[in-house]
Amino acid sequence: MADNASSVSTPPLAIEARGLVKRFDGFVAVDGVDLSVPEGAIYGILGPNGAGKTTTLRMLLGIIDPDAGYRRILGAERPHDVAHAIGYLPEERGLYPSMKAYEAIAFIGALRGLSLAEGRRRGRQLLEEQGLGYAADRQIRQLSKGMAQQVQLLGTLVHEPRLVVFDEPFSGLDAINQGKLEHMIRGLAAKGTTVIFSTHVIAHAERLCDAVAIIAGGKVPFAGPVDVARDRIRPQVRLETRAQDGPWRGALPADVRHEGKHWLFSLPDSGIEPLLRALIEGEAGILSLSIERAGLHDAFVAIAGEAAAKALAEEKIEEQRR
Amino acid sequence: MTGIISGGRLSTLAAAFVVARRDFTAILFSRSFIFFLLGPLFPVLIGGFAGGIGQRVQQSADQPQLGIAMQAADVDAMMAAREVLAPRMGGSLPELRVVRRLERGESFDPVAALAAKRGNLAAIVTGSPAAPRLTGTAGLIGQWQGPISMLSAQALGRAPQDYPQVTLSRTASSTAQEHRGRVITAQGSQLLLFLLTMLLAGMVLSNLVEEKGNKIIEILAAAIPMDAVFLGKLFAMLAISFVGIAVWTGTAGLFVLIGGQNLPPLPEPAVGWPMFIALGIAYFSMAYLLIGALFLTIGSMAATVREVQTLSMPVTFLQLVFFFLASFAVAAPGSMYEMIAIIVPFSSPYAMMARAAQDPALWPHVAAFAWQVLCIGLIIRTGARLFRTVVMQSGSAGSGRRKRRWFERLRPARG
Repeated sequence: MADNASSVSTPPLAIEARGLVKRFDGFVAVDGVDLSVPEGAIYGILGPNGAGKTTTLRMLLGIIDPDAGYRRILGAERPHDVAHAIGYLPEERGLYPSMKAYEAIAFIGALRGLSLAEGRRRGRQLLEEQGLGYAADRQIRQLSKGMAQQVQLLGTLVHEPRLVVFDEPFSGLDAINQGKLEHMIRGLAAKGTTVIFSTHVIAHAERLCDAVAIIAGGKVPFAGPVDVARDRIRPQVRLETRAQDGPWRGALPADVRHEGKHWLFSLPDSGIEPLLRALIEGEAGILSLSIERAGLHDAFVAIAGEAAAKALAEEKIEEQRR
Repeated sequence: MTGIISGGRLSTLAAAFVVARRDFTAILFSRSFIFFLLGPLFPVLIGGFAGGIGQRVQQSADQPQLGIAMQAADVDAMMAAREVLAPRMGGSLPELRVVRRLERGESFDPVAALAAKRGNLAAIVTGSPAAPRLTGTAGLIGQWQGPISMLSAQALGRAPQDYPQVTLSRTASSTAQEHRGRVITAQGSQLLLFLLTMLLAGMVLSNLVEEKGNKIIEILAAAIPMDAVFLGKLFAMLAISFVGIAVWTGTAGLFVLIGGQNLPPLPEPAVGWPMFIALGIAYFSMAYLLIGALFLTIGSMAATVREVQTLSMPVTFLQLVFFFLASFAVAAPGSMYEMIAIIVPFSSPYAMMARAAQDPALWPHVAAFAWQVLCIGLIIRTGARLFRTVVMQSGSAGSGRRKRRWFERLRPARG
């Protein structure tokens, strides 16, 4: 009965990977990655550049074969066997410059088994829906970079795949188009499509994902629901007092630090009530007290380590500069 | 939109067709295709121009003449003798030009006359019909010795008065003529096949550069097998080549019709013209696909157009080697050399084309096609695997340093 109950509640896996390893010239790019992505989920792969995100996705898609481990995509051990059901937007975008926008969408669909005529029809329709109908007959070389990116994105979805893989999909998009893409990803998931994407911008993952895998140095130190990742870090208490010193100071935990007017520390294991009592009895004069749940960024920093966080910060600065 | 796809994948051939269709239409409707079609016009124009100049040069160099300097009666006798003999001996009799009618006792120095370089005199006959003396350069006087002897005999009245009439009976061919004709056909067809392959297969070298430059290769590699990419690209270029050949042949035919000219009769090949043309088309396809598959593999390893250009010369020489191997086999049908040329896949179509001109048996062609198709498949499979291993960095084959170099060129930054 218990087995039956668990099999009913657990959705089947769209992606299952165990112990994936990839080496390039002795350098271990991916070192024993395990992933379990349920069908219909929005799943994020987080990590800084060079962490092994793209290599992992390329292995999952069958672009490259792993040196060790196995992968199962939509139930198939060879990703090409289910190519019709997969959509892929690579990190480095690419389209034939001489193709017209709707033809480019149709071509990507044709590679996934969609008939050319249907692909052309859907291509025009998708462009219209995205407000790009006026550009349907323009050559790719005549489009702006952002528009070309959107065309490729539509090509990724034209055959209505069951699994969509985006590699750094928000890279190069302005804030408006990032919002549109987030909306599109939610729409796909609402229709039951599994979406997996890599990103180094944690805010996107935090807003969108049901679960994430954090990759650092080719390893996955964490994979699971976003809430579980956050719960890895104790909630932070932010306290403001009238008194600057007094016997109440002895009640604060050991990790307390003073930032401006506030005292910051982790929520004690015993909970907030004993601490509150000690503060009141010690005449701290509580002006404000809040318990803040850790964000995904904090979780990422804690899980992936200071080095990964630093690399991530550098990337963000670099991206902003670009 | 309704989902019409629930899973599965395109077969290799279906995926190749998608790639081929894209490439074919992209090339066919590009502006550069016009220049591709006009390409052969340039050598034709240059050839025509050079031919015209050559004809003028030829016309300006008159036929060498034989001067005659004898006593007046002897000159007349010699000239009359030439009139009699010319219809029977045709062009083998030299043209006679009177240099001087000598008076009795008058002397004449032919060496000095030749040195004066008047007219187009190559030699001078002096003396008399009874004792002619031929003065000139060694080659011509040796050639004209016999005709002058006959002229002199005729002038003296010593030649036969009545030459028997020879009845001419023409046959369609003789064994020797047939053999010679088929060798010419074999050589000609080989040369044509080679020229077409050399001109057209070179385009395949740079065929994957666009995909690598635009990163489209990632989309292709994620969706379809790399074998299908290679196969599709090859067939697209073959189709483009056939379009080019059809246009060129049609244009040439039109010019021949407009000009009202007849083509010179070509010696019939052993298998007959219809089968020979069919085999020619098939062997061109085989030669193109074989060499194209090799070129595509080599070109796919190149990261830039510059690298492709650097590779094009050694590759052209490689083609020449295979052509020479097949050409050598024409002279020795049935020999070990012919067998080697047939077995080596890259020279096999040329060697078999020559065989079709010389040998009526058809079964060797069936065997050769099977062999060539197998080789094409093997080269494509090997090329695709090499591409995945070396360029796409899939699998564990290849030396580490080389792999990293290609990898870094293709993907400078990866997450």
